[in-house]
Amino acid sequence: MRQLRAFFRFWYDFIVGDDWRVAVGLAIALALSAALAHGGIPAWWFLPLAVVALLAGSVWRSVRPLRADGR
Amino acid sequence: MGTGGVFLVLATFLASAVEMVEALTIVLAVGVTRGWRSALIGAAAATGALALVIAALGPALTLVPIDVLRLVVGALLLVFGLQWLRKAILRASGYKSMHDEDAVFAQERAEAMAAGRVERAGLDWYSFVLAFKGVFLEGMEVAFIVITFGSAQGSIPLAAVGASGAVIIVGTVGALVRTPLGRVPENTMKFAVGVMLTTFGTFWGGEGTGVRWPGGDAAILVILGFVVLSSVGLVRILQAGRARALGLRPQAEPVGTET
Repeated sequence: MRQLRAFFRFWYDFIVGDDWRVAVGLAIALALSAALAHGGIPAWWFLPLAVVALLAGSVWRSVRPLRADGR
Repeated sequence: MGTGGVFLVLATFLASAVEMVEALTIVLAVGVTRGWRSALIGAAAATGALALVIAALGPALTLVPIDVLRLVVGALLLVFGLQWLRKAILRASGYKSMHDEDAVFAQERAEAMAAGRVERAGLDWYSFVLAFKGVFLEGMEVAFIVITFGSAQGSIPLAAVGASGAVIIVGTVGALVRTPLGRVPENTMKFAVGVMLTTFGTFWGGEGTGVRWPGGDAAILVILGFVVLSSVGLVRILQAGRARALGLRPQAEPVGTET
């Protein structure tokens, strides 16, 4: 049981990493991109903007506690 | 070899070089402290295991329909790329300490000296396991990048050439100097890898969701420019904010500069 948990922990850490919100955000962004593209709306602009927004959000979440510490 | 091929080799070379430098530090620390035989056998076993992973998963992925493949590959590259890029941005802006191979080497060496000696299968088990884990875990992400990047671009061998080139170069230099490669611009390379993985993840993820990029493959260069500008912009904003908080003038260091 412990080994099974360690196995899933390894793959979770490997793929999702230390910010699960990015993985969830990417899944939502890709779903929205597909919805736009299949809805006949030009969707090329959406994913780059969503990716940079997710990056900025992830960076901000990392920095916020450090700023609170005065670093 | 087209633009995509050049980026493919460059991305797998840089990603592999960065991870290889980190794995080399672990193997060197164990080898110098406890002897080379078990450490080198552990490193060789891990390299063989990684080659098996690529050989097994690579051909399997070619059976997946191309749009599904690009969606999955794009998502994976984006997850990896954004993690690399976030850490690189935090390092470049001073919020995270630069990766220091000399410090890692000193710590690994101290732990290797303190560990007890257990013989298994004629090997110093601590050395074998540490070298195996170091190379395998550092190399696993490279193996995934080779498989995903290579299959989406339609050339796993080309991706393997980029990764193998880095293994050979870093391995040879490491064998010659036998000290951690602290002067390799590791943090800048990580920034570049993060940018490339994010760029290709966006491009292939978009294609997988049905997006038709204006200009076809040329859109990769536009996305690349957008990701670079956005990342550099984030670094500058963070540097300015940090300088304000510390009561200093904003730093004027180029992005990814080693300290």
